[in-house]
Order: sequence, then C-alpha cells, then structure tokens
Amino acid sequence: MAIITAKDLSFAYDGKTVLEGVNFALSAGDYLCVVGENGSGKSTLVKGLLGLKAPDGGSIVFGEGLKPTEIGYLPQQTQLQRDFPASVGEVVLSGCLNGLGRRLHYNAADRERARMNMERMGIEELADTSYQALSGGQQQRVLLARALCATKKLLLLDEPVTGLDPIATGEMYNLIKLVNLCDNITVVMVSHDIHAAVRYATHILHLGHRQLFFGTAAAYKESAPARRFLGGGRL
Amino acid sequence: MNELMRMLSYHFMQRALVVGVLVSLCAALLGVSLVLKRYSMIGDGLSHVGFGALAIASAFHLAPLGVAVPVVVLAAVGLLRMSQSSRVKGDALIALISSSALAIGVICVSLTTGMNTEVSSYMFGSVLSLSRSDAILSVLLSLAVLLLFIALYPRLFAVTFDETFARATGTRTGLYNTLLAVLTAVTVVLGMRMMGALLISSLIIFPALSAMRVCRSFRAVVICAACISVGCFVAGLVASFFLATPTGASIVVADLLVFGVCSLLGMRNIH
Repeated sequence: MAIITAKDLSFAYDGKTVLEGVNFALSAGDYLCVVGENGSGKSTLVKGLLGLKAPDGGSIVFGEGLKPTEIGYLPQQTQLQRDFPASVGEVVLSGCLNGLGRRLHYNAADRERARMNMERMGIEELADTSYQALSGGQQQRVLLARALCATKKLLLLDEPVTGLDPIATGEMYNLIKLVNLCDNITVVMVSHDIHAAVRYATHILHLGHRQLFFGTAAAYKESAPARRFLGGGRL
Repeated sequence: MNELMRMLSYHFMQRALVVGVLVSLCAALLGVSLVLKRYSMIGDGLSHVGFGALAIASAFHLAPLGVAVPVVVLAAVGLLRMSQSSRVKGDALIALISSSALAIGVICVSLTTGMNTEVSSYMFGSVLSLSRSDAILSVLLSLAVLLLFIALYPRLFAVTFDETFARATGTRTGLYNTLLAVLTAVTVVLGMRMMGALLISSLIIFPALSAMRVCRSFRAVVICAACISVGCFVAGLVASFFLATPTGASIVVADLLVFGVCSLLGMRNIH
C-alpha cells in the first residue's frame, strides 16, 4: 500500500490555478525529489501535503497509518529563526510537540527521543549551545533532528541545502539518505539541485504549473523534461 | 532599613508592590514571545486603546477595569488579525488605531470632566490609583496569566520559534496567537494603572530585549527577563517613593539602565 497517493491534485490562489494534474504514489522507503523552476508550484505542493493549504481539486490520501500531523517537516529557514535565542536541545525537543496530545509538558520518553535524534545527527554535544551561534550546516542538522522527532514514517524537506557550502551540502545529503535507508523513512524533498536529485532520489516529480514528469530517477534521466530543464546538457 | 519599613507600612505601597510584581512578571513572560514574534507594536497600540477605554469609563462613571479589560481584549484580537493580514499594512494600521483611540479618549475627557488628576494618572500612572477591588482583580488575573503561560510553555515556545512547523504538526497556532494577544491585553490594562498608558509597553519590551542580550537559550531568556522585570519594578518603586519621582517613569529608567548594562555585557561576549 502506498504511503502517499496524490490524485488529480490541483491548487489555486484566489481562483487562479497555480498547479494542476499532479498524480503520484509513493511506497514506504521511497525517496522523492520535487524539482522545477521558481514559481512552478513546489512550495504550494508542500503546503498541500502538510495540510496547510486545501487542494482546489483532487485528493491526497495517506496510507500505512500515517496522519498528516505526523510528517517530519523541515521548512525553509527564515531570518526570524536565525537570530532566535534558543538552545539546540530546546529546538530539537520542540519536534516532539505532535506527540504531546493532552499532556502539557514533555516527559522522559520525549527527552530521550530528542537526545537520540541529536546523536544520530552528530549534534549531541551541541545540546546546550545557542542555535544562533551555529553554522548554516549545523542549523540544518538541528532542524532535521527536530523533524525526526516529529515522525517515524515521512520526512518533508523544503530546500534543505539552500545557502550551505559544498561540504555541508554533501553531509546533509548523506544524512538524509542514511535516515531514508536505515530507518525506512520515506523522504519527499523539494530541491533546486537536479544533479543531486537524480543521484540520491529513487523518484523524481518535475513540476511546471502542472506535472511534467513523475517516475523513477533512472527513467527521468532519459526524459524530455530533464533535457529541457538542463538546457540540452546530460545528466 | 527603617525608611523601607516606613514605606511598606502604607497600605497603597503594599498593594502597589504585590500587584506590580505580579504584573511585571506577566509582562516579562509575554514580552519574550511578543518581541520575538515582532509583535512589540501591538503592546504599544493596546495601551492607547486602553487609555481611550479608561477615559470613556471615567466620563460615564463606569467601573474602569470592567470597561477597559473587554475593550482592550477585543482590540488585541483585532490588531493581531490585522498584523497577520498581508493585504493591509499592519504596522501602519496599529499606529492609526492607537492614536485614534488616544484622541477619542482625550476629547471625551475634555468634554465631560476636564483634564483631572484621574486622567493624568491613566497617562503617566500612579500608585495611588489602585483601589482594593482593583488590586484583588489584578492579582487574580495576573495569576491566571502566569499559570496559563507555565502550563502552555512547550506549545508557546513552538509557536514562537517556528509557526509553520507548529502548524504542520497539528498545533492550532491561531488559538495560541489569540491567547497570547488576550493575555497581553489583560496585562496591559492591569499595568496601565501603575505605569500609565504611555509607559506600559516598555514593561513588556525592555526586560525581553535586555535578557536576549545576555542569554542564549529560550528558557534562560524567559527566566532572566522575569528577574529583570521584577527587579526593575521594585527598584523603580522604591526610588519613586524616596525621590518623589513618578513611579512609571522611574521603573522605565531602571529598565533602561539594565538594558544598557546587558548590552555592554552582550557586546563583550561576542568579541
């Protein structure tokens, strides 16, 4: 059974359609990269998957017992977060928010979960450090650890390597792939970096106000949208 | 020491001290979230709306807090909606509403009672203006604000740090933003009697800004802001008693001094 199925999905702002004809299905453990130019509807699709924006038509169905609030989301960073006084531990722990239910405060299990995810991201020794004092790559790892606290099944990453240097970018991609393979967590990543997309992802979704391509990364390399997107270059 | 005991022997000083400490604590806690969410102007806008409401209440001989609390709570929810709406210039509208409320209040007063001491105490604050029933209501409301803040701390942190993430994981961020605005409204009205409409917003903003200069985690900022706020309130109150300076202004000056010290400490940490 598929973990996410999108059927004839379309989105509109003020009656103006920005994205239509999106059809795809992902199984547990798949790694989907959503590519496309700026304004092609990638961010709108992210909002739709998170339930922050209602589709104009079509449907999104979650399978395997996944609830829309159990998606581990890594948002694009805002300037607001960068100068926010918070320790790494506090930020990661806030990922356990959706598990609180009727409880008011975090318990020992939540703290252990946060510690474990910090360890996995290699930031355990930074727990008491200020988030704003970290480098861009470290900040993204903190947000990835937070996303992992929020989910056991699906990560949704919105441009996770934007603004990172090449080394930090490579580390970030490897960490995401590691989580994908070791924990069988499905990954949906919005990205500009098409070369990394075909290298790491199992599936590609190419958007341009409508669905231009959906299929495996291997099939995408040979497709017409990929060639056009690269301006004639080869992958 | 004897002088301090003499100060505390006055009933109005005891009242001012108890209410002031609680309100300062509320203001500091809420202030951290408001400053970080870039909502500082809402506190300022609310204080002017509060002045308008108090002026109208006194013109019609109504219970001051009974009128001001609901009016300012409504204004808070309205201002929050406006500042979130991208269609209108939120900050410009806040400025518009706050000066309008001030103007209506001033006209209302001058047409009825004239500019008496009561109105002046709304503007600049006075420890004498606090009646026994006001004091009891203030204590109850500020305890409610404190309890709600402590109970909802993890959720408020998540909503303050990253609203999109909180919303994506199923937190009703609209509810918590509204709650934050309502609690701020209550705190502003309570603090206004002592600090004055023109100075109350500093009670919300100063401690948070000072704490953010020296602390690096959210919990530390919250605790530090609470200590600074209460400390400056007590220092300002004592100073105003012995130097015969206005209470609200003395507290703001104390906050300003602490902010200066914290800024210097913060700069030293960076280099």
